Parts: sequence; C-alpha cells; structure tokens
Amino acid sequence: MNARVPIVKQKLVVVGNGMAGMRTVEELLALAPEAYDITVFGAEPHPNYNRILLSPVLAGEQTIEQIVVNSRSWYAENGITLHTGQTVTRIDRARRLVETANGMHESYDRLLIATGSNPFILPIPGNALPGVITYRDIADTEAMIAAATTFRHAVVIGGGLLGLEAANGLRLRGMDVTVVHLMPWLMERQLDRTAAGMLQHSLEAKGLAFRLEAKTKALVAGPEGRVASVELASGESLPADLVVMAVGIRPNADLAKASGLHCERGIVVNDTLQTFDPRIYAIGECVAHRGLTYGLVAPLFEMAKVCANHLAGHGIARYGGSQVSTKLKVTGVDLFSAGDFTGGPDAEEIVLADPGSGIYKKLVIRNDKLVGGVLIGDTTDGAWYFRLVRDGRNVAEIRDRLMFGEANLGDTGHQGQSRALSMADDAEVCGCNGVCKGAIVKAIRDKGLFTLDDVRKHTKASSSCGSCTGLVEQLLMATAGADYSTPTRLKAVCGCTERNHQEVREAIRGQHLISIADTMRFMEWRTPNGCATCRPALNYYVLSTWPKEAVDDPQSRFINERAHANIQKDGTYSVIPRMWGGETNASELRRIADVVDKYNVRTVKVTGGQRIDLLGIKKADLPAVWKDLAMPSGHAYAKALRTVKTCVGSEWCRFGTQDSTAMGQSLERALWRMYAPHKVKLAVSGCPRNCAESGIKDVGIIGVESGWEIYVGGNGGIKTEVAQFLVKVKTPEEVLEYSGAFLQLYREEAWYLERTVHYVTRVGLDYVKKEMLDNAARRVALWERLQFTLDGEPDPWHQMQEARVDVRQFAPVAVAH
Amino acid sequence: MYGSSHPLPWHIDMTATITPLIRGADCSALAPAAVANGTFVEICALADIPLAGARVIARPGHPDGDVALFRCQEERVFAIVDRCPHKGGPLSQGIVYGDRVACPLHNWSIGLADGDAVAPDVGCARTFAVRVEDGAVFVALD
Repeated sequence: MNARVPIVKQKLVVVGNGMAGMRTVEELLALAPEAYDITVFGAEPHPNYNRILLSPVLAGEQTIEQIVVNSRSWYAENGITLHTGQTVTRIDRARRLVETANGMHESYDRLLIATGSNPFILPIPGNALPGVITYRDIADTEAMIAAATTFRHAVVIGGGLLGLEAANGLRLRGMDVTVVHLMPWLMERQLDRTAAGMLQHSLEAKGLAFRLEAKTKALVAGPEGRVASVELASGESLPADLVVMAVGIRPNADLAKASGLHCERGIVVNDTLQTFDPRIYAIGECVAHRGLTYGLVAPLFEMAKVCANHLAGHGIARYGGSQVSTKLKVTGVDLFSAGDFTGGPDAEEIVLADPGSGIYKKLVIRNDKLVGGVLIGDTTDGAWYFRLVRDGRNVAEIRDRLMFGEANLGDTGHQGQSRALSMADDAEVCGCNGVCKGAIVKAIRDKGLFTLDDVRKHTKASSSCGSCTGLVEQLLMATAGADYSTPTRLKAVCGCTERNHQEVREAIRGQHLISIADTMRFMEWRTPNGCATCRPALNYYVLSTWPKEAVDDPQSRFINERAHANIQKDGTYSVIPRMWGGETNASELRRIADVVDKYNVRTVKVTGGQRIDLLGIKKADLPAVWKDLAMPSGHAYAKALRTVKTCVGSEWCRFGTQDSTAMGQSLERALWRMYAPHKVKLAVSGCPRNCAESGIKDVGIIGVESGWEIYVGGNGGIKTEVAQFLVKVKTPEEVLEYSGAFLQLYREEAWYLERTVHYVTRVGLDYVKKEMLDNAARRVALWERLQFTLDGEPDPWHQMQEARVDVRQFAPVAVAH
Repeated sequence: MYGSSHPLPWHIDMTATITPLIRGADCSALAPAAVANGTFVEICALADIPLAGARVIARPGHPDGDVALFRCQEERVFAIVDRCPHKGGPLSQGIVYGDRVACPLHNWSIGLADGDAVAPDVGCARTFAVRVEDGAVFVALD
C-alpha cells in the first residue's frame, strides 16, 4: 500500500465545488490520503452543499446550514485549498495551468472538471427581466424566498420534478403559484398519464394552479421594469411578479469546449472518467458517458468512486452507466418512478388504482423481469422495486404478490414492522445491533450518507443479519431524498476487487486457479493479501472447485473453522459432538457427562438439531475435550453439513411409513465433513406429519408409503422459507444420489455465504431441475464428484494433522507475570 | 483516541536490556519469568507465529488481560492487547489481513501498528513495541 504513495506529491486541481467534485475528493482521500496536493475552485461563494435538498430549504423544512456537506473546516482539516467565488475561465493544457476570471493561476498534474450543469433558459422575449430566475443554486433559492415575502404572483415554467418542487415551496411561502407546462401531463418523463393526473389533483388540493399544453410566448415587464406577467401562446396572460424557469438543464461543458476537449452534449469521458486529454478527468452532470448525460445524484456518486480509484493509482474500476429512479420531494405527496414505466406492446402491466385514497401503482414487466414502475400515494416499496429493476431478477414466481410489496420486511426482530416511515424515532430498526430509527435518520442527515454501505459503516444498522435492509433503504430514500445511490447489479466481492463472486468462480474454474494467491494475482486484487471478507470466500472457491488439488489455508478461515469450535462472546468455545441422525446411547451420554464434570462445563444445552451443546470450554481444553468425548466433530461451527434431523420413523411410530432415522443416518454418514458456501441442514421425516420439520431445511426428505419426497431450499432463519418440492424417488439409494447431486450443484455454483434458498432463488428451481433431474448423466457426475471430494476427508477433532489444524493455537506462545 | 501515553511501536529504547523469557508452547507449566517495565524480553521464535496469524502471550491475573502477537508478513510482527475496544473480543483469534485484524466477534477492523479501530469505528487497543532479531521476537511488555 505504501509503495503507491509518491514521494513528491502531485497536484490535483478540481474545477467545481459541488457534490460530484467533492464526493470524488472524499473517495480519493479515503483511498490515498497523501497522494495529492488538492486545490478546489468553486464559482459559488459557499462551501459544498447538498443541492438536492434545496427544495426542503425553499419549503422551509430545512435551513441552508443543514444542507452543507463539507464545511470550510473540513477542507482545512484535509489540507485542501479552497477558492470559493472563483470561476475558472481557461485551461492551458500545454502548460497545465488553470486561470480564473480574476487572474489567478494554478498548475496541475491532474485536473478534475466537475462543473455540473446550467439551467436552460427559454429563448423568449423578456427572459432577462428582473424577477425572472432559474432554480439551481442557493442564490436562486434565496431569491425565491425573498420574493415570497414581498410579491404575490408566481409562475413556474416547467412541470417537471424541479418545477413542481419550486412551485410547492413558493406556495408554502404564501404565493399564488401557477405552473405552466408544455406537455399534456406533468412529469411526463417519469409518470404516465393516470399517475400525473393524480399528482396534479393532489397538488391542486395544496393550492397550485396548472396550465397544461401551454406554450410561453413572452415575459412582459411592468412599469418598474420588473416582470409583471406571462403571455401564453393561447393568448392568456398570467400575472407574475416572479417567474421561475425550470424547463431542464444542460451540461456545463463550456470550459472544456473552450480548452479543446472533445464534447458532445457534455464532456465526453470513457469508462474511467477520463476526457480525451488523459490528465484531465470529468465527472457528474457535465459529462457525456456512452452518449448519456445524467441529472441525478446516484450516477454521479458511482462515477466518483471510479474516478477516485483511478486518481489514487489503483486503476481497476470501471463505470458502466447507471439506472436511475426518481422521488418527488414534496411533503405530503408520495411519488416514485423508476425505469421503463410506459411498457409497450411486448410488456405487461400490473396496475392497482384507488383514486379515492390517492393510491396508484403500476409495475411494468417484460420477459418475467420488472423493468419499471410508478408509485403514487404509497412509495414504501419503491426501494425494493428499484432493486428488482436493477438486479434484473426473475419475478415470475413472486408475480402474484409483487404488487403488495416486499414480503420479507420485518420478518423477525422488528415487531413485524414494514413501514419505516410510520415507525417512532425510538423504534428499533436493526435488532442485531440495537439501532433505532432516529439514530439512522440522524446519521444520514448529519454525515450526508447516501448509500446502504455508508449507513452500515456508520450506524451498523443492517450490517449483521441484513433482515432490516429494506427498512434502512426506506429511511435512506425518505431522508436522503430521491436517488440515493445503490450497489450496482452484481456487487464486488469486497473492497479489495472490482470482481464479483460469479466472475471469481468462473476464473477459478476456467483458469485452473488452485490457490488464493493465484486467484488474487490473476484477478488483479488491489490488496496484497485480501481481507476478512474475500479470503474465506476464495479459500472455499478453490477448495470446492479443485478438491484434492487446492490446499486449504486455515488462516483464511474464520476462527470457528480454524479452532473447530464455536467462539462465544466471552472468548470461550462451544463444543457439539456429532450424533448420527440425532440418536445417541448410554456410553456417549456417560462420556459427555464425564466431560461436563472434568472441564466444569457451565451450560449443557440440547440444540435444535438434536444434539448436545457444551458451552464455555476454554480454548486450551479443546483437544482434550475432543479426545475424552471420542465422538466425531459435529461441524456445528462450520459452513458445512450440520445436522440431519430425523423423527423416529417406522421402527417405532404407529404412523411412520418409512425408516426415517436409518435414512437420516445414511445421509449424514455420506455427507458429513462436507464444506459448503454456507451451513447446510437436512431433515428426514417418516411420514407427511413431518415431525422433523423437513419443510424448512436446505434438503428436506419426507417419507411416504410409496417412496421419498425431496424438498430443497428451505430455511428457518431470519426469513422463514418453505422448501420447494424437487422430486419424488423410490429407494434410499436414490435419496442419497439426488440429495448429494443437489448439494454438489450448490457447492459448485453458489456464491460464498449464499444459503440454498438464495441460490435456488437466484438460478431458479427450473434450472436446478434441468441440471439434475432431466440430465441423468450430470446428476450421477455431480454425486460422484461430491463422493470424490469427501473420500478420505479427515475428522478435524481426531485427525488434526491431516485436517491441517494448527495445534499451536491451543497454548500460549509465552507466559508473562 | 490518541490520548494514551504508551510508547508507540517506533519508539524503541535502544538502550533497553533484553531479558530472556521462557519459550515454547508448554511454558504455562513453568515458573513465571520476571519482566521489567518497558524492556524488551524475548518471547519466541519468529517461526512460532503462523504467517497471517497470531499467538497469545498469556498474562494470568493482569487487569488488561493477555497480549496478542501478530505476524502479518515474513518479519512484520505486532503486539497488542488481546481485547477488542468494541466488546472485548479476543483479537488474536481474528483473520489477519494487511496490517489489520478483523475481530472474531463483530468484525471490527483494528490496525495493528497503532491499535486504532478502522474508521468509522472508534476505539483503540494498547500496543507494545516489538523487535525481531535473528529469527527471535522481542516484545516490550510492561
């Protein structure tokens, strides 16, 4: 890491002190704090503020101080030279200098242009009169607030997002506001006609007036020279002491153009945000990337990450374009729009309309995927729908429930809450880390957080089990406003790489990579030896892809898999010996009792998996405890086969149709020591009464008179998931083969820490069936590969050397008194 | 966060005496070794610590508990109190990467050179000066 820090600092000059430029600087400081001497030029006299929160300021809901993201002291603390109120007028690319309007010069090694966009001014008579403004910055907002105190009539030209927010703010400040819009309905780029009609209705109820399909002909001055009325093409004249033009924005590429940089609609950049001059980067609303320009904050943050990565000299990130969503920031009007909401002949629409209560929801589906939607009145699930659009997830199976929102919100640990907005400030959102709603909202506001990752880092909310992710996303959307940025489609494994799990798995197989180091080298990891997130994943991938060839790296395993016991909050361990199918006997129980006495085991607990847990064992005692127990490892500490839960079955039960205990024991003996992407639990029930709870297991078997039914992808954890029926077979041998083949498919294809339910949801049950039911040869091959993997696999409790258990860990290296 | 007055790893007192300490994994059974305040004592051979791993220097009865001895790369060794500033997790049991360790309890990352939690987490674990000479590891315990 240190090798990258240059001895003589390079000079980075940033033109533009807005959200895009400063976000890049923040990302850069996080990656390489010492790499550059940074100088920032801002045309506005303010430090960096959150432009998308100008509307709440206009509406009187927030103050300008509240929307400042980086105060002047932040620049000072980070050694950044800030020049506010300084417009850069020229770039001398040959001499690598920038020049400002009042003659200041600054040289650069790297230049970042983040000049944003300019509001579009209609080319009509009177457009420069006093009282005619645009809506873009603090000065515009202040002008509107001032006008509202002395004048009465306002006209907003433009019925888009910004125009409506301006109109709403002016109305709240007491003005009579008319919105003039050229198109037949409001926000035509985000809403369909029905939704726009409902929006208009609720805005009219707030006192706004509208003129649709109305073209502005001229702005007419009054006797004092200030604007007095707006003349429409229809001949109508609207009184206007204040005219706000909100008809669109244009990338501000003037400086770049004048400096000879290639520009189209904006400054043309490549996927690394470089302009045609490789020393000059550009980012934000001023750029054209793959022919597109963006006017929302989420894409700009994604660009900032990539740009900072290259400025820091890592040189591996790429920007591939963004999906965007919109949320109107008008208090009391809930509106959300994302993706393609118009559909077309090849698309289907699901619509829910309840005009009486002001609710309208439209979801557009194409090829079994959600491609867009519009929500009015209830936008709670906007974040979830947007995620589905972005992930391109197949929604065929949840289609019938899609309209009713994200079902897995608030499943466990949040008292069934699924509406973050209606929760009280002291209500707990994250049950794992005890984070309440107020703390999350405060962090989002005070620290200017925009992404789920940011919230996780700063508050810990949603960073453990993840079940409250939906609630946190709702809070982000409600607090940070419209378009908080969200992870891209396939997330990178961790901060050490740009690669996602799928790419890594494919490379390991395709390139025959058999070690973590090989994989990191081939995939150009940016850290020398990864981190606690990627190393365990890579270790699993090489081992599961190349069994008997790849060598395990115990240092890349979580402590439980290194010590072969479960670490507890006080640093002691728990020990769970294996009991085949949950069956035990007198001599095992006697040995367990002796261990409890000999090692002063404080708690002895029967587990949900039909075994016995000994809690509070000192690490130093582990090898002796294993030896005294003389029972196999239960692997209760590993991402591996845990238990095979069974009912007593036909041997004893008067209802039993099959010998479920014997079946469970053969499954457990065939599959134990099987490491997997996550823990794996099985169950075998002897009849459909299902006493072993096969319906919530990764593989659940249910015996019936004529054979065995196999269910997969069940889960009893955070979100209870019922296993899906895979196949019915006749013999115990077939149960082994089919269960084993399914698990091997999961082992070979799932991403690390993906449970079977998530894997099956991702690839689809139909795919699983195609691979291992329709294709008998593949099924047999999968089952054989699993047996090959498990053949000779050591028991870590009793074959420590073969299992590469580092026994040195059980004793201190020295004792100091 | 930087308030503690302990010597940072680069503040090595070159005049300090080196006292031998009993070595080896089974030393818990042997008599305690005298350790002078802030002086370097020999703890173990470099090879006794797994690469990208850690060992524990036991300090029975010490109010701050044990010390974790990390080996990040070949000769890059750090000593730090074996207690996460978050909820007291045994840092010696965490996954070691770069010059950091991820606490095994709640995955806080702790910088081994300064004992500081990696931002945005806030906290600090006390560190001890370490010296590696001729394949032996010396630590200045108190």
